[in-house]
Amino acid sequence: MSETTIVEALNQAIAEEMRRDESVYCLGEDISSLDGGYGGAWAVTKGLGEEFGAERIINTPISEILISGVAVGSAMVGMRPIADLQYGDFIFCMMDQLVNQAAKMKYMSGGTVEIPMVLRAPVGASTRGAQHAQSLEAFFTHVPGLKVICPSNAYDAKGLLKQAIRDNSPVICFEHKKLYGGKRKEEGALSPSSVIPDEDYVIEFGKAAVRREGEDITIVANLLMLHRAMEAAEILSKEGISCEVIDPRTLLPFDFETVFESIKKTSRLMIVHEDNYTNGWGSELSAKVAEEAIYYLDAPIKRVASYDVPIPFSPVMENYVIPNVDRIVEGARNLMQS
Amino acid sequence: MANKKVSKDQMVEMYKEMYLIRKYEERIYYLFLEGTMPGSIHQSHGQEASAVGMLYGLRDSDYMASTHRPAGHDLAKGVSLKSMMCEMFGKANGCCKGKGGAMHTGDIKVGAIPANAIVGGNIPIAAGIGLALKMQKKDDVVVCFFGDGASNEGSFHEGINGAAIWDLPVIFVCENNLYGASTPYRTVSKVQNIADRASSYGIEGYSVDGNDVLAVHEIATYAVNKARNGLGPTLIELKTYRIPGHSRSDACAYRNKDEEKQWFAKDPITSFRKTLMDLGVKEEDIISLENKIDEEIEEAVEFAIASPDPLPEDALNDVY
Repeated sequence: MSETTIVEALNQAIAEEMRRDESVYCLGEDISSLDGGYGGAWAVTKGLGEEFGAERIINTPISEILISGVAVGSAMVGMRPIADLQYGDFIFCMMDQLVNQAAKMKYMSGGTVEIPMVLRAPVGASTRGAQHAQSLEAFFTHVPGLKVICPSNAYDAKGLLKQAIRDNSPVICFEHKKLYGGKRKEEGALSPSSVIPDEDYVIEFGKAAVRREGEDITIVANLLMLHRAMEAAEILSKEGISCEVIDPRTLLPFDFETVFESIKKTSRLMIVHEDNYTNGWGSELSAKVAEEAIYYLDAPIKRVASYDVPIPFSPVMENYVIPNVDRIVEGARNLMQS
Repeated sequence: MANKKVSKDQMVEMYKEMYLIRKYEERIYYLFLEGTMPGSIHQSHGQEASAVGMLYGLRDSDYMASTHRPAGHDLAKGVSLKSMMCEMFGKANGCCKGKGGAMHTGDIKVGAIPANAIVGGNIPIAAGIGLALKMQKKDDVVVCFFGDGASNEGSFHEGINGAAIWDLPVIFVCENNLYGASTPYRTVSKVQNIADRASSYGIEGYSVDGNDVLAVHEIATYAVNKARNGLGPTLIELKTYRIPGHSRSDACAYRNKDEEKQWFAKDPITSFRKTLMDLGVKEEDIISLENKIDEEIEEAVEFAIASPDPLPEDALNDVY
């Protein structure tokens, strides 16, 4: 048992799975530190090159089509690749391999081919401008054949990533730049460390976690927004508004049942995500509640999300675009009055 | 270059495979004209020497990655004729259970990965299979087919460069049939021999007559041996010509009739048949094996038509 940051938890998950199963390997830009590289842009693979060698921690050219295509091809014939993206936004360079190839290969082959690959992609705004900032989850929750996970603390990061590596479907793991923890401090970053058990564990996909119990409002939020929602819930509790905060943990599959159970009790639903408002993953959750659980609600669903603009650079503007604690608190107050 | 002698018996086997592809494609074409087969078709007749010359003699454990024009490659790699035909009809016992269709046929049990209908999409995938084989310390290889059109995709650049830097056992085979759909290759690249691009990745490249099955097999043997011995990838350009249009509705109005005439005179089947006869194979023996293949194809068509459709709700399986 030891206190661990997300970056350490991800590193442990990869190392333990690589020790357990020799078909697991990593590939990506700058991920090794042998002959170039620095353990990955966020140091998640730090030290792994030294332990596993250049054959299993593979530094690649700056070639996202290659990285994703090699992951698909090697997964098809018995390997379990973990592909690394420095910034999630670069994922658009590999869309064909993810959406047309990885996601469809099992289906098109009549179930005879499987693609057990993982792609890790850091998301979230961090004063780097619009091409190093986006929250990308909803692009991929739309794709049958993919799974999408988004750990918000170290315990989940380790358990979900291990499950992803063992899963026989392609899994995209979205990690938030401001949640990695450790030495590299981003402005406004948190370090959601956890006490992690020594023994091996995995976390099943499609199981949300209730992070705070409450009676008046259900707030569903992921990644950095989960932490801001928790902070908002604390403020709101002092005003007599009791919030239940749910972390979906995986977005595809999504645990709708836990949300339905919660709103049965609270009758009010607020969804908070850093992805922009229109057609973010909150849109699907809203539609699902409208279809299957509308009668539990006493008020319209409230969504708090980034505004529908590319992410601006200036910290002043970036902080305005991304939901902050005040906006979540304000949203909750309005929701209580409606 | 190593020229492994091909025996007369082996040549007859190669001819059988080429003839099977030709007749399969012709039969498919008529089934389409009749309206009995659904979907679209991208046919490979005219390019049989490329498929058979490259794949003849490979192991089941060697891999092959094909394109939207996969029938010749799949048959030459050993995918069963009946399972191919059933897939063309969208039947439950097709090689992809009816979920793939004409552009995704394959059977990984014989090394034919599902064919890829995104131009160039299979190139980095082939590099990935090559990387896996290397990591697994196997001496199997990957043959990756694509057309001239794919050579202008980013995946061509990234995939071949990756295979080159890691010395992967991949043979990249560009079937240059002169047209990307209707667009002449000469209008889309300053480099007229696609094999010349190999030098920009630091690997060997060869341009070969893709209608001469023995010439194709000779370069294939060289590149496969090289790959098996850990000496990395080769880019092979096979100059060839498709007999039909790009797809079912293409009447080839963009092709010059003189050009067609010249290429059709170099038909790989008729010329190889003549080679066999020149070597002393009796025409009656050739006709007898041709008749047998004709019968097999008819059997496969009847089998496919009589085969069950998938259940509609089977569409919901095999996603995860």
